[in-house]
Amino acid sequence: METKNIMIVGVGGQGTLLTSRILGGLTIHAGYDVKLSEVHGMAQRGGSVVTFVRYGDKVNEPIVEEGQADVLIAFERLEALRYAHFLKKNGVIVVNDQRIDPMPVVIGAAKYPDNIIEELEKNYRVYKVDAIDEAKKLGNSRVFNVIVLGIAAQHMNFTEEDWLTVIENTVPGKTVDINKKAFETGYHLH
Amino acid sequence: MAEKVIMLGNEAFARGAYEAGCKVSAAYPGTPSTEISEYIVKYDDIYSEWSPNEKVAMEVAIGASISGVRSLASMKHVGLNVASDPLFTVAYSGVNGGLVAIVADDPGLYSSQNEQDTRAVARAAKVPVLEPADSSEAKEFVKFAFELSERYDTPVIVRSTTRLSHSQGMVELNDRIDIEDKPYVRDFAKYVMMPGNAKGRHLVVESREMALIKDGSDFPINRVEYNDTKIGVITSGIPYQYVKEALPEASVLKLGLVNPLPRRLIEEFASKVETLYIVEELDPIIEEQVKSWGIDAIGKEILTVQGEYSANLLRKAINGEKLSLASSAQIPNRPPILCPGCPHRSVFSVLNKLKIHAAGDIGCYTLGAVAPLSVVDTTICMGASISSLHGMEKAKGKDYIKNWVAVIGDSTFMHTGVNSLINMVYNKGTGTVMILDNSTTGMTGHQDHAATGKTLKGEETYAVDIAALCKAIGVNHVYTVNAFDTEKLEKVVKEATYMDEAAVIITKAPCVLLDKTPITKQYRINSENCKKCGMCMKPGCPAITKKENGDIVINDTMCNGCGLCETMCKFGAILPVELR
Repeated sequence: METKNIMIVGVGGQGTLLTSRILGGLTIHAGYDVKLSEVHGMAQRGGSVVTFVRYGDKVNEPIVEEGQADVLIAFERLEALRYAHFLKKNGVIVVNDQRIDPMPVVIGAAKYPDNIIEELEKNYRVYKVDAIDEAKKLGNSRVFNVIVLGIAAQHMNFTEEDWLTVIENTVPGKTVDINKKAFETGYHLH
Repeated sequence: MAEKVIMLGNEAFARGAYEAGCKVSAAYPGTPSTEISEYIVKYDDIYSEWSPNEKVAMEVAIGASISGVRSLASMKHVGLNVASDPLFTVAYSGVNGGLVAIVADDPGLYSSQNEQDTRAVARAAKVPVLEPADSSEAKEFVKFAFELSERYDTPVIVRSTTRLSHSQGMVELNDRIDIEDKPYVRDFAKYVMMPGNAKGRHLVVESREMALIKDGSDFPINRVEYNDTKIGVITSGIPYQYVKEALPEASVLKLGLVNPLPRRLIEEFASKVETLYIVEELDPIIEEQVKSWGIDAIGKEILTVQGEYSANLLRKAINGEKLSLASSAQIPNRPPILCPGCPHRSVFSVLNKLKIHAAGDIGCYTLGAVAPLSVVDTTICMGASISSLHGMEKAKGKDYIKNWVAVIGDSTFMHTGVNSLINMVYNKGTGTVMILDNSTTGMTGHQDHAATGKTLKGEETYAVDIAALCKAIGVNHVYTVNAFDTEKLEKVVKEATYMDEAAVIITKAPCVLLDKTPITKQYRINSENCKKCGMCMKPGCPAITKKENGDIVINDTMCNGCGLCETMCKFGAILPVELR
């Protein structure tokens, strides 16, 4: 199988590491070779963060480069725009339709771009969701990232059952049910 | 069949130490090496600790080695500078039980103050260096490093980089080797490095280097992959992965031993390929040596000494491919920031108001350098805040630093700041030192230290009383203030900086990420009272933003209820709401 390249991007603190851990666990469960690359340390403090996940028969490089990603999972709009050029032509973007102003915007030194989703739709297949709103409906706004992952799952070749098994094995015991519900919500949204 | 699991590079390093029978591990946290200790602590067969700094950690490991057990010190690249004093001399004395240091470089400066190359330090110290290229090798190379350490009577460095330490890959698990402690025998000529003995040991070091250069060509950690011989590449570590991706047809010599270089193997490989490239991140350490042997090779002529490499970078530089890649949209960048509710923001907003400059240090509070707080003027290395402020005073006089303070975190103060404070008091400095005590090592992800009362294992222990320590050093004016009590803080800072005597202000409040107690209140804007003046936005809290129409709003998914914004508002437009 040709190596699949997935990127998970967002703002430090949004839970990109949990999402990549679920995806990583799943690729192993399915018998693939896999490499993940994460960001720790200073950049995590509210900065732009990116995680690369690559799986296939044999994976060398642990990073995804410009023009190579199959799926971009973005937990924030501006971050979707920042990394969109990593996608292949017609690649898939799943974007949480949330706006978090970066400091240059907060202090008035820069402007948060308008019409991000419309811009992205010109070149990519975009699936947007107000995942925080959906997560609040489930009773816990913190599982929003698993809802986004659920949507992205439609664009990867694993079964719903495999996803749910791996979520059960990955997330803390007390949160298994709500995370599974969150995944299913996303999986059946579009 | 052995179990296969996915592991972070740093977890694999820890596993390697475990399987090698390592018994003692010491470290000071530093991105990207921190998690090595956090995984090692899970193995009860290894004693592991946070030491106050890397020099101490290295010496703990050295002592354990001399006593006869396999021991490990781990650190980031700049930590090796701190530990270089013991390293350079243990290179002479050698080891008893195997002694390994895992040192993680940070090409691309993800979380560091410089981009130095550990291999250059190791060359100067004449210490062998191994460099793995994925999680599986991370584990295996640590095991081999322990063997090598004992076989050649030398400390061994295993070099990592951020990309290796923070990437996950497949690892096959093995059992822990059951290793007997080596007997300790007093050996005056070997372990007492006084000049007469060190002269003799220097000869030992030189002949060890010769032996390693000779034997290294046969070490299984070096690998030749002959393919098309038009292009040959010498590489090691993570760049090997980029070579395989960008140049699948090329012949590759993948070095596992990168210091000293296995000369015979390299010369043989070079003689069999038409064009030789050397692909190494950071400095041309391999390249300069290979070229000095009269071998033609291409390296830094076309490849950078800065940042991380990638397959695309090699495609462009070596294959001459013109990649028509879309570039990033022109959009606002998103630098790291202090978290909503961070106690440092409160301290910096007071300093900003008083127009005070801060000599800064290494930690989250470095972020006080950027707008809108813009308080921190200098950041050099761990502990430098206090000593550089002192230097400024001695250069320009005590009045010159009346609008200056040094800011340093609690963990950094324990690391090397304490020495600087001793110096300031001893030499009659009059500076004001602010110790931002958030009860943890924040930036690296919340590690305990000598003043938190907990060990790496999570056990209760003695906690250094920072205020009492400062008094014992001779500071007569030690204030302890709640970091969020801005009124009192302002008063104390004015008083301390005005005085012609050294003063310490300890600002206390736990790191907001560490404080797990659920927040009971948040703040909201009362739009009727709000004059939209933007005063509340001056401290740069990411939870407070201005909408297009000028309305100011507080984001309820981000507000941690610290109340700093309420103190900034003169119109009573920011009000607490109790959360149930």
